[in-house]
Amino acid sequence: MTTNLIQAHGLTKRYGDFVAVAGIDFHVAKGESFGLLGPNGAGKSSTMRIIAATSQRTGGDIKILDKDPNLHGPQIRAHLGVVPQQDNLDTELTVEQNLFVYGRYFGLSSSFIKNKIEELLDFAQLVEKRDVKVDALSGGMKRRLTIARALISEPDILMLDEPTTGLDPQARHILWDRLFRLKEQGVTLVITTHYMDEAEQLCDRLVVMDKGKIMAEDSPAGLIKTYSTKEVLEVRFGSERNAEMSEKLKQHCERIEVLPDRILMYADDAEKVLEEIIKQGIHPITSLVRRSSLEDVFLRLTGRSLIE
Amino acid sequence: MIIATAVEIADRRAGRLGDKYYAGRARSVMNRNFTAFKSSTWLVVLSGFIEPVLYLFAFGFGLGQFIGDVEVSNNVISYAVFIAPGLLATSAMNGAIYDSTWNVFFKMHESRLYQGMLATSLGPLDVALGEIAWALLRGLIYAIGFVAIVAPLGLIPSWWGILAIPASVLIAFGFAAIGMAITSYISSFQQMGAINLALLPMFLFSGAFYPIEVFPESAQILIKALPLHHGVSLIRGLTLGEIDISLLGHAGYFVIMIALGLFFTTKRLTALFMR
Repeated sequence: MTTNLIQAHGLTKRYGDFVAVAGIDFHVAKGESFGLLGPNGAGKSSTMRIIAATSQRTGGDIKILDKDPNLHGPQIRAHLGVVPQQDNLDTELTVEQNLFVYGRYFGLSSSFIKNKIEELLDFAQLVEKRDVKVDALSGGMKRRLTIARALISEPDILMLDEPTTGLDPQARHILWDRLFRLKEQGVTLVITTHYMDEAEQLCDRLVVMDKGKIMAEDSPAGLIKTYSTKEVLEVRFGSERNAEMSEKLKQHCERIEVLPDRILMYADDAEKVLEEIIKQGIHPITSLVRRSSLEDVFLRLTGRSLIE
Repeated sequence: MIIATAVEIADRRAGRLGDKYYAGRARSVMNRNFTAFKSSTWLVVLSGFIEPVLYLFAFGFGLGQFIGDVEVSNNVISYAVFIAPGLLATSAMNGAIYDSTWNVFFKMHESRLYQGMLATSLGPLDVALGEIAWALLRGLIYAIGFVAIVAPLGLIPSWWGILAIPASVLIAFGFAAIGMAITSYISSFQQMGAINLALLPMFLFSGAFYPIEVFPESAQILIKALPLHHGVSLIRGLTLGEIDISLLGHAGYFVIMIALGLFFTTKRLTALFMR
């Protein structure tokens, strides 16, 4: 067996005339944390469903642990832990019952599941909530329970579709911490997200997707290095003047992007650029120097923002 | 003891016929329903049992006083004896339909429970069978309860009547399979209401309360095409001890319903969640 747990060539998914995934190549190695980054509708979730063997591809090839998901659905799903975008916990059951019942779906023995539940409740920080019905949990707790549930079968690959969408910042950080622990334990993660900070935190390697295609592939740092400068200067002149000012600013930086509300000036030393334009008598209403992020990579690749 | 992993368990079935659709674990779906049932309110459960008993007392003994005895195929029996099997068949239908329509609709569209199940190594046929088997188990308990009440009252004259219990499970199976298949094609609550609209006339006109011979020939043909008539005739034949070949025909009607229902349910669950 190869060390690649997932291997896709020309993977395509059509729904009637609509092409959701337009012939993509990628692989995921054992122990790796692999991300699919892109805006809503980029084809990330469709790709995830094909990997999860709950959606049949319409073209190309994919092997998950050397098996074809179109032919061996249950056998492949036994290797996976799935955390869907929308919670689908069993609201009629308690936290502990959710874990137990889910383990039984895989056919695992009661004694195995009971031991595993103790470990997972601890991991998900839900020990005190074990007898509480799911409806009474907060959004962050529900997500952690969904992740714990996905781990009950000790999967080779944990699939996370937009794991922190809809959570408040504190809940997101708790979740990231838990996922980071899994990564350290060597669990292979496949994550979709449209948050670049999430991708930077969690992914060893990622592909940037747009309109069903892969635009670029590398580590987060590698992508930033290839497609952006070290730093960015963000300046605002008020929405009417941004376009006019960009003409004057162009010469001071490597690349410029004019957004409706602000201008992004790309340079390796953004502080210096700011000094230069002020020397020229250009005074923006606000200015901000920051490091380049995956947002900038996405903007460069597609001409659009990730979150629209 | 070596504990089997999820992968080993799934691989055992690999290569068998239908391994894409069936993992041999419908009981894990029943286990889920039993766990939910233990913490649900007993009132809901009790109501399914009480309904036919109330009908029996209101119509069989209440209205029956005015009607007196009825003559069915040269047998003179009391009205209560006449409607008891009709009520058993009807309650088997109602229970099965309730479980397989409203419950299934909720799990499909509101709680997304089936998506969760189908993300595991279960197949769509496990889910369909598990859900239906659960509905049948409940139906079985209701049927036993009903027979336990009416038999001591002398409303089941024949010993063949004991077979009314498995027969009502067969009836429930047929309705549950078709109900689940129909529900899987439905996408809104409004359409769900139409199911109830179809059930009510079937309940009133299928011969549970009076023989269908009161209707003109053409209407009888229509009634005989509907499933509840076959359910009522099957159970009445057994409780009255009128055993003939036609009972096999009535039972066969439900066997076909079961086969069609399971086929379309599995097909539809596959299309909905595996596309």
